[in-house]
Amino acid sequence: MAQATRKRPVAKTEDAAVSARIDAQSHFRTLRLGTPFQPRLDALAKTQDWYNWAGYRAPHSLWDEELEYFAIRSQAALFDISPMTKYRIEGPDAEAFLDRVTLRDVTRLRPGRVHYTAWCDDEGFVLDDGTLFRLSPTRFRLCSQERHLPWLLDSAIGFDVTVDEETEAVAGLALQGPTSFAVLRDAGFAGVEKLKVFDLMDFPHDDATVTISRTGFTGDLGYELFVSADKALSLWDRLMTAGELRGIRAIGYTALNRARLEAGLIVANADFTTAEHAIRADRLRRPDEIGLGFMIDPQKAHFNGRRAIFEARAKRKLRHVLVGLEIEGNIPAEHAIVYHKKSQEVGLVSAAMWSPMAKRNIAIASLVRPYGDTVVEDLWVEIYAMRELQYQKLMKRAKVVARPFIKLDRRTANPPADF
Amino acid sequence: MKAWDAIVIGGGHNGLVNACYLQRAGLDVLVVEKNDWVGGAATSRELTPGFLYSNCSYVCSLFRPEIMRDLELPRFGLQVISYEGGAVFTRDGDYLANYRDHDVHRREFARFSRRDAEAYDRYARDVTRQCRFIQPLLMRTAPDPTSLKPRDLGELLYLGKKFAGLSAEEMALTLRFWTMSISDFLDEYFETDVIKANFALSGIIGTALGPMSPGTAYVLLHHYMGEVDGSVGAWGYARGGMGAVTKALAASFKASGGTIRTGAEVDHVLVSRGKAKGVVLAGGEEIYGKLVVSNADVKRTFLKLVEEKELPDIFLRRVKNFKIRGSSGKVNIALDSLPEFPALPKDSPVYRGDMHFTDSMERMERAYDDWKAGRWSADPFLDMVIPTTLDPTMAPSGKHFMSCFVQYAPPKVNGRDWTDADRDGFAESVIAQIAEYSPGFRDRIVHMEVRTPREIEAEVGLTEGNIFQGELTFDQLLFNRPVPGYAQYRSPVGGLYMCGSSTHPGGGVMGAPGRNSAAEILRDLAKSTSHMSPAHDVI
Repeated sequence: MAQATRKRPVAKTEDAAVSARIDAQSHFRTLRLGTPFQPRLDALAKTQDWYNWAGYRAPHSLWDEELEYFAIRSQAALFDISPMTKYRIEGPDAEAFLDRVTLRDVTRLRPGRVHYTAWCDDEGFVLDDGTLFRLSPTRFRLCSQERHLPWLLDSAIGFDVTVDEETEAVAGLALQGPTSFAVLRDAGFAGVEKLKVFDLMDFPHDDATVTISRTGFTGDLGYELFVSADKALSLWDRLMTAGELRGIRAIGYTALNRARLEAGLIVANADFTTAEHAIRADRLRRPDEIGLGFMIDPQKAHFNGRRAIFEARAKRKLRHVLVGLEIEGNIPAEHAIVYHKKSQEVGLVSAAMWSPMAKRNIAIASLVRPYGDTVVEDLWVEIYAMRELQYQKLMKRAKVVARPFIKLDRRTANPPADF
Repeated sequence: MKAWDAIVIGGGHNGLVNACYLQRAGLDVLVVEKNDWVGGAATSRELTPGFLYSNCSYVCSLFRPEIMRDLELPRFGLQVISYEGGAVFTRDGDYLANYRDHDVHRREFARFSRRDAEAYDRYARDVTRQCRFIQPLLMRTAPDPTSLKPRDLGELLYLGKKFAGLSAEEMALTLRFWTMSISDFLDEYFETDVIKANFALSGIIGTALGPMSPGTAYVLLHHYMGEVDGSVGAWGYARGGMGAVTKALAASFKASGGTIRTGAEVDHVLVSRGKAKGVVLAGGEEIYGKLVVSNADVKRTFLKLVEEKELPDIFLRRVKNFKIRGSSGKVNIALDSLPEFPALPKDSPVYRGDMHFTDSMERMERAYDDWKAGRWSADPFLDMVIPTTLDPTMAPSGKHFMSCFVQYAPPKVNGRDWTDADRDGFAESVIAQIAEYSPGFRDRIVHMEVRTPREIEAEVGLTEGNIFQGELTFDQLLFNRPVPGYAQYRSPVGGLYMCGSSTHPGGGVMGAPGRNSAAEILRDLAKSTSHMSPAHDVI
């Protein structure tokens, strides 16, 4: 590197330290980092359709977002989740610490298991949701959308626990779809058939270890694989080779986003605004307001936000509710306003699509209570469909329905089916 | 003898904004300026051939876009160029940079502390929330809390409603923000010294307080409220230097029929039976006007331009006690080539942004200790920019103009007036600091303009050289700026108005005091203000 030869009259440090520093400084030249899988993604990126995922260059699509979606539902889809924020939480008090920080009961999360959880600030407003992997009795991995190191470190005071951010060090892949199990088995991950939903196990890979969990964001049969960054490419190649005859395809976020909506899953800062990013005070949400009330366990010991959450429940201070909607017709109601009796504005659609699996027009919406809560009749959405520079305004009936919008037996079947 | 509809004393940016709005309302307005050029502290002058300096103010962000629009400043040549970030150089040969890209910014901070890198979001959220509370107040006349007039009650109610609209947590934060030190405030978010020093800079600029003095957190907020063409919080260079702002204002003013007289220093305001009748120039010439607006700071206006006997005792005492302490100086440098900073990669965008060398809170506070002792800081805090990296109009090709804002510089040195030797010593403290990080720096210097509070007061007329026309502490803000009871641009003298940064909402090249003052004057004259855009909505 040219900079390495520059004279540095101010610094009198060792050459090695200086060159390490210069390397670290040079990040400003690359606004969007590549992930450990970037060489493979670049080779497949025919659309060159990138977006910024937490500072990484991530694909919206690689070749055809429609076909990428069907790879999830009828083959096996490989999605790079490396940009997801990952924290390693370790120590004798790791369980107690996480039990205190997150909503769900971590004492009931056994080693080798994963659960979907969320965490709140002291006012009970949701900071983020994510998945918690219990890798051993004293070691966890917390995966999330946003970054929380200050929150986690401040919360760790008084606990014998260390919290380290390991986003860059650990590469992640989601392998999702009906043939995903067969791909893993054919790739030689012996024993992977034993994984039930939310189980995780370590497997040898390239003189190292890959952690495979039966988890995902698609509502389908699927797995997530975590490996140290330097083993990322060999893992990718191993899966692609084994999956060739099973239709394995790399996909971008647009396809995944459709699958997650069918599965009824929410995305932070898309379906709700996280507390540390909400500038406007009325955008803050408690778990009960975004469909995460099921995580709260009244029997559980103290956790961050507990008092505020129970007080809001008792005093009926919960203003919003997040619901699944089924909308008549087939025009997606993306960001449509929700009305009661076609006139009173009662909420907003945050995600919507025509679901190829459910053959229904589905949506996730946030409504102001009592609408969507006790009043669920006579709800409408106003869709502004732009067609050749004209809005086709449609007022369509919306029905509150349970999520997920699709339920696939193969997601939970044991042993997983060999498609 | 002609009597102007309004005479504006001082052709600084607020005086010109005020004059523009009055002229556009149909008044016949005269601006009298003591220098041979307009601009006040927003001026670009060629002091050595080929080089334009931004002699005082040097970067632009706070100027209200509503005013730019109303007065058609783009048509009259104003262009603001956003710049990218900046850096604090550290004494171990490294630097901490600020980048515009959120993720690059985070990664840069993570080089020093992963925790602090991730704490930035919460910090940015809280500061943004506070800015959103304050920003709509900038373009409104502060209410008089003792008045029962419907308008004052309405404005008080507005203020109260805005405050009531905050959550309990935000309310607490607001009160803390307005009163606490920038050091304490930053401690709530960050643990790394250089990162705190990086943010603290904005809390002490132009203020005779140290980072550990209560009240400095608000000063930071004041610097975050700006924007460049909708990019909130961004800073930029006015193409052609800060004089381009006042040049455009003067052109706009003249195009609408206004008159400017330069080289016309006002000796005093003509007052008869408690009412302003015009001004008397230093040469004795009398100019009559139906009303007089002073762009000078409140001390200069009422302690120098108006006879004491015309003013109520309490008002006079409060004006005398108004805090407008000189705390900073300026060194403008013409360079025959771009200085090199070996710590910086050659392609770093930091060259085009603001550079600093004060890498710890303690160094910053110690610089303030010198000020308290009546000395300029031996190890000063510099806010240094090289606008010619983005603006080719200010220096010959390949050569550069460097602007160094320097803090702290006391209004008097050890209790006596500044001497030329003091000025040279002050300049040397600046050059020595830069040269420490930029070898060969001295050899590049073609010309220098060194401005201590003495020079700033003498030329620009700012009392003690205070760049804000009075410190931005909570006791001197809103309905207490400049003094209680006179926060609505009027004064105890009938027909004499204020429009400078001594008035709400304070200093910086913002234009809001000039605009708000014009609105009050037009109200008194029962004239329409339909040519004045209301503040943009904050949604």
